[in-house]
Amino acid sequence: MIGVRNLCVDLGEFVLKDITLNIEEGEYFIILGPTGAGKTVLLESIAGLYPIRSGEIWLRGKEVTRVEPENRRVSIVYQDHVLFPHLSVKDNIIFGLKIHKASKDEQKERLNWVADLLGISNLLHRRPDTLSGGERQKVALGRAIVTRPELLLIDEPLSALDPETRESVQQELRQLHRALGITILHVTHDFEEAIALGNRIAVVGEGRLMQVGTPEEIFRHPNSEFVARFAMTRNIFHGKAERKSNGDTVFRVDSTEFITATDAEGSYHASIRPEDILISTEPIRSSARNCFPGTITQVIDKGSTLYVTVSIPPQLSCLVTRHSFEEIGLHEGKKVYVTFKASSVHIFD
Amino acid sequence: MTFLRYIAKNRLTLTFVLLGLLIFLFVIIPLAKMIFASASEAGTLWETILDPEVTGAIGLTLLAALIATLFGFLLGVPLAYLLARTNFKGKKLVEGLIDVPIVVPHTAAGIALLFVFGRNTALGQAFSFFGIEFIDSLAGIVIAMLFVSIPFLIDSAKEGFKKVDVRTEKVARTLGASPWQAFFRISFPLAWRSIFAGIIMMWARGISEFGAVIILAYHPMIAPVLVYERFETYGLDYARPIAVLLILVSIIVFIVLRTIAYRGDKS
Repeated sequence: MIGVRNLCVDLGEFVLKDITLNIEEGEYFIILGPTGAGKTVLLESIAGLYPIRSGEIWLRGKEVTRVEPENRRVSIVYQDHVLFPHLSVKDNIIFGLKIHKASKDEQKERLNWVADLLGISNLLHRRPDTLSGGERQKVALGRAIVTRPELLLIDEPLSALDPETRESVQQELRQLHRALGITILHVTHDFEEAIALGNRIAVVGEGRLMQVGTPEEIFRHPNSEFVARFAMTRNIFHGKAERKSNGDTVFRVDSTEFITATDAEGSYHASIRPEDILISTEPIRSSARNCFPGTITQVIDKGSTLYVTVSIPPQLSCLVTRHSFEEIGLHEGKKVYVTFKASSVHIFD
Repeated sequence: MTFLRYIAKNRLTLTFVLLGLLIFLFVIIPLAKMIFASASEAGTLWETILDPEVTGAIGLTLLAALIATLFGFLLGVPLAYLLARTNFKGKKLVEGLIDVPIVVPHTAAGIALLFVFGRNTALGQAFSFFGIEFIDSLAGIVIAMLFVSIPFLIDSAKEGFKKVDVRTEKVARTLGASPWQAFFRISFPLAWRSIFAGIIMMWARGISEFGAVIILAYHPMIAPVLVYERFETYGLDYARPIAVLLILVSIIVFIVLRTIAYRGDKS
């Protein structure tokens, strides 16, 4: 178990106050918070790279608060990967093994193991500056896990990647966690990422811990305005994916069935981006297969855009521009239709 | 559009090219003229090369500058690393003081060194206990060169270390590296190009030193002092071949080192 007790870190301009976390062994734990919430500093503190003002850090039942980083067996993967630019991919990965004076055979064996696991065997002789973002991410992960750390810290691993790569790296992380059974502490500002990967989530903001719980608890029962702000304007649902007799796979929430473009079945989460949903006053005939009547229950004005909540039920948050908001004459209580494509329904664990 | 036509159209570029050309010619013409004048009397130059006093002086210059650079490397690189990585009260002052040798007239620097390392000083006597004298000796030449040229190495190494992402060291630490290992396997190799550039600058500056050296050690004679002495004693014609030789040696050393330093730097 990894424990952080009453941790305080002084950053000059702001302070991390009184952070207490208990992370189970083998858990995929997410720290979720807005940019600038001190998430990276929290990771560096746990790794021993940042001096803490007070508090304790425990790893596997031992207090390590004053232990040097090289003796903690905690690996870190930074957001922008921070590969060693003067070393090849291979030498980046085996760096930790060389430091630990592993035998040549062991180095080779572990290198191959990591390279196979991450699918980077063809990159081993490349230089870091010739790699794509996704490739660098994998190399950084490989370098971090090759020493078999007790805890893997990952800082915003997906935010520097393009959407497609993001999807595959996310998959990669989930598999890695399953394959290694390693404890992972992952920080992000992305709510969907947190829901998709985390066994549990801790929400941090304004330098303190706001809420800890399962993804379900966090977005169903936010304990504060701050936490709710993360969940708000996001359409994330828990429900069942089912195959229908006509071949469609639908996702059932409450009594509503969203048509999806996957063939997954069972209990899942689904998300629909607010900007993917059309609002109209009449039903639209189009290639988009989801079209539902509903009532506007809330309008949040963001200036040039507005978030319009439509209750089917469930409640869907939709993003519209001020121009179309005024043109169609939307207001609370108005009956409207929402339309979105089957492929806009994103299904995840 | 050709480059020349581009220049002709742009008044600013044109003006700057003309001004730049002036200073470039100012640097190049004396050097070129001296070298070509000597080429026409190749016999004299050859005689100079065979003159043991000349070769001895040039060898001594190169050696003394090399020793000074070695000390500069061992003592300056750690300081450069500290200045790049840490923040402390008075850091700006330390950085400023390190650069003072660049602005001090070098004869004055020599006098200052004499005050500390002279025969009648505590430090001078302590060293002489171990058989090291700074007056009219190799050791004197070395400390004079060290004093005036160390800022170049420290400044260059400091900039090099600053460019190394401190998080590469942090990652290395989490992978099991001690602070020493992180330094020698990560920071030092990554800053090496800048450090090496500093080494070249320091050595080159050492080779060209005259003022500080002549105060501490007129003898044994380094090449710049020999040029001065021949000029004073026999006149221009006798000083010139040594000067030419010294310039040629400096240029060759400089080119060779730069080539090594920037080898494979195409990426």
